[in-house]
Parts: sequence; structure tokens; C-alpha cells
Amino acid sequence: MARTGPKNSARRVLVWLGVILAVLTAVLAGGTMAGQASWAPKLALDLEGGTQMILAPKVEGGSNITEEQLNQAVAIIRQRVDGSGVAEAEISTQSGRNVVVSLPGTPSKETRALIQASADMNFRPVLQAGAGAAVPTASLTPDDKLPQPTAAPANSSDVNWITADVYKKFETLDCDNPSQDKQERSDPAKPLVTCEPASATSPAIKYILGPVEVKGSNIKSSSFQLQRGAQGAVTNEWAVNIQFDEQGTAKFKEVTERLYQFYVAGGGQSGSDPKAQFAIVLDDQVISAPRSLAVITDGRPQITGGFTEQSAKALSDQLRFGALPISFEIQSEQQISATLGGEQLRMGMLAGLIGLLLVVVYSLFQYRALGFVTIASLVVAGAITYLAIAILGWTENYRLSLAGVAGLIVAIGQTADSFIVYFERIRDELREGRGLVSAVQNGWKRAKRTVLASKAVNLLAALVLYFVAVGNVRGFAFTLGLTAIADLIVVFMFTHPTLQVLSKTRFFGEGHRFSGLDPKRLGAVPLYRGAGRIRTPEDKPAVAVRAKNTGAVAEAERRMTIAERRLAEKQEQLAGSSKSAAKEGK
Amino acid sequence: MASFATFGNELYTGKRSYDFVASKKIWFLIAAVAVALSILLPVAKGGFNLGIEFRGGSEFTVSNVKTTDATLGEKAVRDVVPGSVPRVANVAGNTMRIQTDKLTDDETLRIKDGLTTAYGVTDNEVTSTFVGPTWGADVTKQALLGLVIFVGLAAVLMALYFRTWKMSLSALAGMLVTMFITAGVYSLSDFEVTPSAIIGFLTVLSYSLYDTVVVFDKIRENTADVQASTRRTFGEEVNLAVNQTLVRSINTMMVAILPVGAILFIGAGLLGAGTLRDLSLALFVGILIGTAATIFVAAPLYAWLRQGEPDLVKQAKRVEQRRAEAAGKADAQATPATA
Repeated sequence: MARTGPKNSARRVLVWLGVILAVLTAVLAGGTMAGQASWAPKLALDLEGGTQMILAPKVEGGSNITEEQLNQAVAIIRQRVDGSGVAEAEISTQSGRNVVVSLPGTPSKETRALIQASADMNFRPVLQAGAGAAVPTASLTPDDKLPQPTAAPANSSDVNWITADVYKKFETLDCDNPSQDKQERSDPAKPLVTCEPASATSPAIKYILGPVEVKGSNIKSSSFQLQRGAQGAVTNEWAVNIQFDEQGTAKFKEVTERLYQFYVAGGGQSGSDPKAQFAIVLDDQVISAPRSLAVITDGRPQITGGFTEQSAKALSDQLRFGALPISFEIQSEQQISATLGGEQLRMGMLAGLIGLLLVVVYSLFQYRALGFVTIASLVVAGAITYLAIAILGWTENYRLSLAGVAGLIVAIGQTADSFIVYFERIRDELREGRGLVSAVQNGWKRAKRTVLASKAVNLLAALVLYFVAVGNVRGFAFTLGLTAIADLIVVFMFTHPTLQVLSKTRFFGEGHRFSGLDPKRLGAVPLYRGAGRIRTPEDKPAVAVRAKNTGAVAEAERRMTIAERRLAEKQEQLAGSSKSAAKEGK
Repeated sequence: MASFATFGNELYTGKRSYDFVASKKIWFLIAAVAVALSILLPVAKGGFNLGIEFRGGSEFTVSNVKTTDATLGEKAVRDVVPGSVPRVANVAGNTMRIQTDKLTDDETLRIKDGLTTAYGVTDNEVTSTFVGPTWGADVTKQALLGLVIFVGLAAVLMALYFRTWKMSLSALAGMLVTMFITAGVYSLSDFEVTPSAIIGFLTVLSYSLYDTVVVFDKIRENTADVQASTRRTFGEEVNLAVNQTLVRSINTMMVAILPVGAILFIGAGLLGAGTLRDLSLALFVGILIGTAATIFVAAPLYAWLRQGEPDLVKQAKRVEQRRAEAAGKADAQATPATA
């Protein structure tokens, strides 16, 4: 940096900043062209309105829902909504019976499915599997050839579960054209004939499943990651991990011990005994039926095989949210207008603009020409923040609420603080008697630490709250982090390089009295290199010191070294010229 | 006042100096009284005025309305419950949804009548039901958990960065003072506690710590080699650092508070109650108190925490000694400064 000269490197950094802005703009423009993004930031429920859904929770067994279960239902839905981006949804209960979800904008099909997704999940062993299509009537198995159970089933994998009725159902089931009518919940103690719907990578499959062995509520957590190979190296295969609770672990061990027998007996890796499969059933549909390749004793199975990142995430989500036996039925879905009058936003914007204007006036008054650097920096920070919000609205479904707008307005203060700290440092250096170029370099070195340390506090707050909190607080955390990052980019890539360049100009470098960096006004004297730092009292203050301050002045006088006192006396004799300078511009 | 630059110069050189550290007892006393009042006030009032988002409330649905003007609904509710902040929204086509805080049966009936006339509908087109809190216990729990984790991590971060836990402790003390007083003022104003207010509150906490870190960084710099110097005692160095950053503190506070103040006084003045007012009050008070707490509480507390350290006591003695000597004789030679 020093080798190439600060000015050249400053120019380079400024060019890079331009590149970043151009790239962000291009990304957003591309998104807009593709019709997925828009130039305007997305707005949250309180400002734009959205969709209100009233959901009726249904509990297994059709009993009435308790208050505790209702609260649990709210928590589940909140998790699901939070999982689909950082938009702030409003979730509450109504009449102690229903859950009301208000989402900004129009929820996508995926979001709607996710919210509604039944949480009735369980694991059943596979007894028989077949192609998804219904068997043509001509080739249906005649009644006398239908399987007849010879004994009571010994365990869930026992083929004696397959009665004539069950087999008939299996043959006539058409998984390629599933019927849309909702059926009754299946009985967990009985076998189930059902489909695994066709997906992008595989055709539909139909199954006869044994009774439920492990319940979804035994799942403690689930995650997805890239699979690790034998050496611990990351492969490019996606895997889904499940962790069961104690009860689930014991049960799962028992089941895998049994299924593993089928796996080995069926020929291991190349075998294809369906009875080695353990189906994950959600809402009576098979979502995955992995084979049991080992006995799992620690309750931490891993599912692999043909996952894309998306399908792994989807399965992991389904498993995680599948831990409560409540399903939801959408009773009504309506568009809803903004809950806050548009007036609130308009007034907020107006007041914010007035406030900004005051900031502009104040910084010009305080920092003269340097104030323009502050204003330009704020403009750049604003541009970065705006682009980021618009892009995140498109990719993360980030939406601005009124609280978010207010957060941005507060961020003006914190962003400007970086510049203020920096400018004050430069002024301190000038007071020490440095030339402007080295004052900028030195001031930056010291200001940089402060800025980084203080922004670290904000980023920490943002990160912790984003990962821990839910609902509105998450949106707030996102805004806080966003502005802190934008601020760092601006102060490092715009404010400092700009000052480096400006410090070379005559106007600033020679300390024009309107530059805000006039060494005379800052009471600087040439640096005395010898006994370290030198305190140089300015010539007498232009205003009479108020009575209450005389003590402080006397104290300062007392604290002067002899050398300083001598110098002060000398200066008082020379005071004529600099005094007039100190009086200017008041 | 002299120009701000001159003011800054004098603060920098120590010519003009405000005694934040030496008169710490007064500041601590004021802070303690303010905090005590801030705790007692809500207790005396029986808690905060919690909004519908925290307590749940009533919801009216008006179907087949003649007009979808939200202000009619607001007025109908305010006629019965003055000063309340109903949330009125238009739901699909010509249905209005009006949410209010918890109501008595009598109020419910009167509001129902009011809405019937306001929207020109028949009696059976207005239904009322109870709604639960949108900011339920789970949101509060997670927010508090996040807050505790953040404060813990921030304390560790500051202790590592400043290499002394005493700075962490002082910074947190300043933050707590800010927190209590902001909450106290909020309780005093009798504004409703809404999610926006909570968001404002969180912003204030992060701002308060942030502000303290900036000032403490200067203190760290000034006191880095205090051991080797006989120029000032530790407490005086801390005080000088606060004075040297005073211009920055004032400027930053002004820049942060101007937009918020504009929203509070202009926006809320024109709009009356609502999200903006709740939020900007919390921010306005919090930024003021947060800045003050850094200067009057955190910094003096830090000086006080460390003054008793044996090394610093010795150093203070050396300073005394040197000053006594300097006052006693004045014959040292000094070379005037040259560049």
C-alpha cells in the first residue's frame, strides 16, 4: 500500500467500489428483467398487506385441541414460516381454536404447502413395493390366488399383514394419477397401502407398509449436509441426518436389526428385498423409503442416495417439522390490506427526510467541506443498502416493515459515526502538528481500530439475534447486520480513499478555512519531535472562559510542563496573527 | 460559545476540561436514583401498557361494507375507548378487520354498534371474536435468550479486545442504566408497548454498547502507557479521553437523534399514536441516555474500578510527587519546538 503511494491505491479502491456497485446493480437489473425481482424493495405486512390464512389445527384422533397444543401449533407454523425467508409473518390464535397466519405478499405454493403440511409423520417398514401404475383390470390377481395370512403377524415386517383386502387395494391403487379426495387418517396399528409420489428423479412407487414402528415425535432434530467419504473427505453427495430421542433410538435400533437381516439375506448392496426398506410416511404418503444398510444403535441414521441440495433440505425440513401430530386445514384465505395506514409510511419517510436534511446541515456546519464527504458517504451507504435490500427481497424474501425503516433511519446515525470518529482523529493528528497527508494516514490507522471494534458489537448483536430470535426480531437483526456491513464497506472503500485523494488537493492540503481541516483553527503547532507528544495550549480562547471553567483552565495550566509553559508565554507574545485566524468563521 | 473547532481544541489539550471522573459520585447517585425510579414507576403502575400483540384482544369483522375507509373504524373504536390504537385493515373485497386491545363485554357491544353505523351494515354483518397475541410467549422467550447470549458474548468480546474485564463490566453497567431509564420513560409516557417499541429497545441496547466501545477505545489508547508517565493519574487520563471524544460524542448523538427526533415530533405529532410514535420515543430517549451513560456512568466507573490497583496507586503517587517538585522549582531548560 505505502509502496504504490496512498493516492494511487486510493483510486484503485474507489474503482473497486464502483465495480461492486455496478455488479449489484447488474444483478438486480438481471433479476428484474427475468421478472423475478423488482427495483422497489419488498414491503412487509404492515406496509403492503398480504394474505391472511385461517388454519384449523386437527389432532390425531379428532379430539379437541388444548391450549397448550394450540400454542405449540403457533410455534410450529412460526418455525415453518421463518424457514422460508426473513419476511415477518404475523401468527396468532383466534377464538382459542384456530391459528391465523398473515403473510406479506402472496405466499408461494411451496410456502403454502409447508404451512399446511401435516405434521403426522411416522416410520413404517415396507412389506411390498411395486410400480406406481394401477394393475390393468385384465391382469388383476383372481380372488382365489390372493394372499391368505397363515398366522398372526409376529412383527411389523411379517408378510402375514398382507390380507386379501390389502392386496386388492394395492393392485388397484394408481399412484400416477392420485385421487385428490382427502382420506381418513390411517390406523397406525394396521398396514397401509400408499404411494410415493413421482419426483424429478424417480417415478411413482406404491407400497404395502407394515404398522407404525417409530413416530415422528421421536425425532429430536434433523439436518442436511454434504456426505463425508470413508476418509472424512467431503464428497458431492447430499445426505440427510436424523437424530432420535431416547425412545426413538431404542426402537430404531430394534427395527434396523431386523431390516438389516433382510438386507443381508437379499444380497446386500446388489439385493433388492423391499423388506429391507423403512418408509418415512408423512400424511399417509411415503416421502422416502431408504434401505437399512446397517444396524443403527446411536439413534443417528443418515439417509443418502440421489439427493440434490434442494431435495435434501426439503426432506430435512419435513422431518424436523414432523415432530408433532397436528395437521392444519386452511379454512379461509384472503387478501388483506396494509395493517398500518400508508400515511404512517409517508410520514415516516417525510420525517426521515427532514431528519436527513438536518443531518446534512449539521455536518456542513460542523465539518464545512468535509461535510460533503459525509453526505457523499451516506449517499453511497444508502445506495448499497438499497441495492442489498432489493436483492435480498428477491433471494431471501426480505421485506421492509415500518420498524425496519426506522432501523435504517437510526443506522444513519451509526454510519455517520464512523466518519465522525475518523474526522475527529484526523483533527487530533492535525492538532499534533502533522501535515494533512500524514494526518489522514495516521488518523485512519487509529480510527480503523475503533470503527472495527464498535461495528463488531453491532454485527455480534445482529448474528446472535438472527440465529436465536424468531419473528419480527429476526427481521430487525437482519436490518442491523445489513447496515453494519454496508457501513464498513463505505468507510473502508469510499470515505477513507476519498480523503486520501482530497488530502492531496490544495484546498484541503493547505487547510483552507472552509475545508474543515484548517490547522490554524485546530490550534496546531508544528510537531516538536523530541520529548514525545507535546501539548500546545492554543492562544487565549476568543471567548472569556466562564467562571465554572476557570478551575479546569487553572488545572490545565498547572499540568503543563515547564517547556510547555515557556512555549505558551512565547506564543502569547506572537498571538496577534493567529488570533485573527481563530476568530474567523464564527 | 466559541466555534466548535475551538471548543474541540480546548477539550483536546485539556485547557477546557469537564470533570466526569472526579465528580463520579454525583453521576452515580443521579443514575441510581433514575434507575430506581424507572423500576418503581412501572411497579406502581402495575406493569407496562402492553399492546394487543402481547396480550391478545378483540377482533371485529365487518362484511359487505359500503366503504373501506380505515379511519371510520378507528374512530368508531376511539369513540368508545379513547386513546386506544385499533388496527384496521381491509380484508379481501369489502370486509374490514378491526383489532383492538382487550375489551369489556359492554365496550364490545358499543363498538359493534358504532361499526354498524360507521360502515352502514346490518347488525349480523359485524362479528367479534378473541384473538391471541401475535407476539406470543415463544417470541419473547427467544428474544430474551438472544439478548442474554448477545450480552454475554459482547462482554467476552470487549474483555478480549480491551484486555481487561473491567471495561466489559463498566460498559454493561452503562448499558443497563440506559435500559432501565429508557423503559422507565416509556412507562412514564404511558405509550403502548408494541413489537415496534421492543425493536426500538433492542436498537437502543446495541447503540449504547456501540457508543461505549468508541469512547473506551480512546481511553484504551490514552491509558496504554500510563504506568510509564508521571504526567497524569489514571483517572485524569480517562477523563482526558472522555473530553477528547466529547466532540465526537455530541456530533454522533446529534446526527443519530435528528432523524429520530424529526419522526417523533413531526411524524407522531401529525399522526398521533401508532407504530412510529412508539418506536421513535424508545429510540429518542435511548440514544440520549445511551450517550450520556457512556460519559457519566461507564467511563467514571471504569476509572473507579481500576484506581485501586496497586500499580496505579503507585503511579498516582509519582504524579503527585512530580507536581509537588514542579511547583517547588522552575528552572528546567526547555527547547522551543521546531519542526
